[in-house]
Amino acid sequence: MNNASPFLELESGPRVDITWDGKPLSLPDGANLAAALLACGIEVFRSTPVSGAPRGPFCMMGACFDCLVEIDGVTRQACMIEVKNGLDIKTINVPRAPNA
Amino acid sequence: MRKRDLVVIGAGPAGMAAAVLAAELGLDVTVLDEQVLPGGQIFRGVDRVSASRSKILGRDYTDGARLTQDLRQSRIKHFSGAVVWAIEENFRISFTHEGRGAQINADRILLATGALERPMPIPGWTLPGVMTAGAGQILLKQSGIVAQDAVLVGSGPFLYLIATQMVGAGTPPAAVIETQRLRDMIRATRHLGGALRGWPYLAKGLKMISEIKRARVPRYTGATQIAIEGEGKAAALTFIHKRQKKRVACKTVYLHHGVVPNTHAARSLGISHRWDAGQVSFVPELNPWGQSDVAGVFIAGDGAGIGGAKVAEYAGQLAALKVAEELNCISISHRNRVAVPLRRALAREMAVRPFLDAAYPPFEEALSPSDSTLVCRCEEVTAGDIRKYARLGCLGPNQTKAFARAGMGPCQGRYCGLTVTALLAEANGLSPDQTGYYRIRAPLKPVTLGELAAMDNMSEGPVD
Amino acid sequence: MESDYTIIGGGIVGLSVGWGLLQRGRTVTILDGDDGSFRASRGNFGLVWVQSKGMNQPRYAKWSQQSAEIWANFANEISDNTGKPVPLEQNGGLDLHFSEASLDSTVQQYEKLKAQLGGDYPYEVLGHNALRRAEPHIGPKVIGAILHHQDGHANPLKLMVALAADVRRLGGRVVSGKLVTKVTKQGAFCITCTDGTSISSDKVILSAGLGVAQLGPMMGFKAPIRPQRGQVLITEKLPKLINRPSLIARQVDEGGIQIGATNEEVGLNDRETQPGLSGLAAEAIAAYPALARAQLVRSWGALRILSPDGLPIYQESEDMPGAYLVTCHSGITLAAAHARLLPDWLESTNAAPDLEVFSEQRFAVS
Repeated sequence: MNNASPFLELESGPRVDITWDGKPLSLPDGANLAAALLACGIEVFRSTPVSGAPRGPFCMMGACFDCLVEIDGVTRQACMIEVKNGLDIKTINVPRAPNA
Repeated sequence: MRKRDLVVIGAGPAGMAAAVLAAELGLDVTVLDEQVLPGGQIFRGVDRVSASRSKILGRDYTDGARLTQDLRQSRIKHFSGAVVWAIEENFRISFTHEGRGAQINADRILLATGALERPMPIPGWTLPGVMTAGAGQILLKQSGIVAQDAVLVGSGPFLYLIATQMVGAGTPPAAVIETQRLRDMIRATRHLGGALRGWPYLAKGLKMISEIKRARVPRYTGATQIAIEGEGKAAALTFIHKRQKKRVACKTVYLHHGVVPNTHAARSLGISHRWDAGQVSFVPELNPWGQSDVAGVFIAGDGAGIGGAKVAEYAGQLAALKVAEELNCISISHRNRVAVPLRRALAREMAVRPFLDAAYPPFEEALSPSDSTLVCRCEEVTAGDIRKYARLGCLGPNQTKAFARAGMGPCQGRYCGLTVTALLAEANGLSPDQTGYYRIRAPLKPVTLGELAAMDNMSEGPVD
Repeated sequence: MESDYTIIGGGIVGLSVGWGLLQRGRTVTILDGDDGSFRASRGNFGLVWVQSKGMNQPRYAKWSQQSAEIWANFANEISDNTGKPVPLEQNGGLDLHFSEASLDSTVQQYEKLKAQLGGDYPYEVLGHNALRRAEPHIGPKVIGAILHHQDGHANPLKLMVALAADVRRLGGRVVSGKLVTKVTKQGAFCITCTDGTSISSDKVILSAGLGVAQLGPMMGFKAPIRPQRGQVLITEKLPKLINRPSLIARQVDEGGIQIGATNEEVGLNDRETQPGLSGLAAEAIAAYPALARAQLVRSWGALRILSPDGLPIYQESEDMPGAYLVTCHSGITLAAAHARLLPDWLESTNAAPDLEVFSEQRFAVS
């Protein structure tokens, strides 16, 4: 548990190691990735390709596409992924439009 | 490829109940659902929930295990983690499953795609830390995490539910800021007759309000000029209450002013929709069996118009009866006989809705946001942009999509569609029906090009 | 008399021609369809393209070249007038080849056309290695490409926005949500819409896309126009991956990769299909393997507006003098020509371009 997080974990279970932009994190095995990241104090998941504005999870049900992260070179919705050991997550950060 | 009698899309209460009954009646049923566990959003994670969380979430939630259990025990083929991205003519359904493209064919389809939170575009709603109230509850249901000192904003009994659940979890919200006004409640009293038929709901509502009061959570009603402040993430919420400006510091804001049918899949099939003024949303045109105007496609649950979990269950069963009768598994008289108590129960459950819709209307400022407020989260298009393109001749949302990019992002307009239609209708002096909605096309959810390419010349689906 | 010209069709073609006429001080009313109309203007691929056009009709190649040459100047002007950017890149375009045979045969055709154009057809052949230097993400299956220096691409939607704004700024009257049912001429033209609106003008231009097929014969045109479906894909916004556009893929200014397009004779069906999308995805990945990991965000089917030989039609009606048919499949490429050059033809000035080969004379009477 991370004190910086506004979220409280009510229960605890076995944890596994993942990396977030290279930084090691310990998250509950099998948990919803977006929820687990929020619980350990990560609120900003990415910045938008349009203005570079920060975004975090919004709908938690796979509809809003705000919790996007990059896993194995593919853009994924963190709220639709389960935590498993060794997950290597990259943030999608810079304004990506080539002319931006 | 073998054709399934019935493919159900979505494993919430409507989808589960329909699939179970249809299978019982002898149909070959397949369920496709995006989530890792069945239950939909209302019963999300119910099969794995701990005892302590069950207590917080209450009987209405744990009751969902009855449906998931039935689903597991039946001979239904259930694909979890299956993201449907195209439904084509003759019902070729394409979906992503375990990272690969798959396809199945269906004779009949039941869309049980549920609801979305009504978009609530207010200043600052895209900041990290601002989520839908539904998201807040999903965090609790599925993951056992709760926000500390969150602020709940908007209108509707769902705010009371999540507030009491947060109280129960030992993390009461910092405030509940409500947008409905006294005059809404007064206007709602003309629906009180119907509401009294749904008295258990009213009793529950009053009980929740008193629990919130007992926990000393500040409640404000009739709030206006609501905005979220923060540099890079939410830091405070400001609003006007009784002509006074208020500011509540908070890291988490949960927004809610009703839920609306998730009509994406239905629209992609060309099913007709109409504006429902009471629910302030589009609903698909359906007959009493949930049958749409596209032959072979049924819709049940909140995707057919908001009714809640019980209504969804009954409507799912009614659709299953009709499909079973059409495919000659049961007679018309059998169908009608079983339908009678379902219709009666459904009507009883729906009785309270007109009262609730009137008492807790959507937040007006979020239906017609200020010019600088973002309405399209993906492409970052403001309400002012939409109004500007209305002046440049855009009559409908497909034109503003081309002009302003609103609705072009990965969410495909799910969180801006109703707002854009409302803004254009207002600007052009037309009704929402005249203004229309986005033309929804594949992919319903993004799909990698690699996955698509692997399906090139696919003669047989890898799934069976 | 309400205006000098009524233009039926408010897509890129109608707006471009209208803009050109307004520039000359003519009064113009443009009748535009509704939100659900078939609109090639919002479904197209955005190329400003020369190569492969007019292989059998050098005049068409030349017309495309003329338009491409003045495109930047035209785009800058509407952009300056309105403050709305019209992104355009004209650094050449690629025709990617997966076999030596197809490359060789294309080169032979280009050589023939080049001779017919007096040598003005600046292209070069890039072998795989040269292509790889120009396009670092190109895949091993691409054996080479033809780089044509007159090719480029634009943001067609931003062109439409800027044109729509500038037409209004110039005093053009654009009326949306109008479906024309009848055009008559008794002295002046009278144009009637489904909602009962009726508009009169000295001259009429018919540039209503597929609507030309119904309205054209009423006005004395053959208008042998048919729809041809093109399915198109667009990915999420990505870092720079593709430098120059090709007929297979281009990276748009916002960052998405646009992938095109099928050619399907399916009437007015503008739906997208899984086999269509899969085929396009496979081809794009063969060209740029890194695309396999990109997420497809949107796809659509749009309907091309094709004449039997694929060339534009510019024709004044013999039955109704003063009525002009202006229709083409390449509204983006030809936007500058339609805005800057076509008005001289419409107004019969001394500077009128010779468009005889684009008349309806070329279609045999059936």
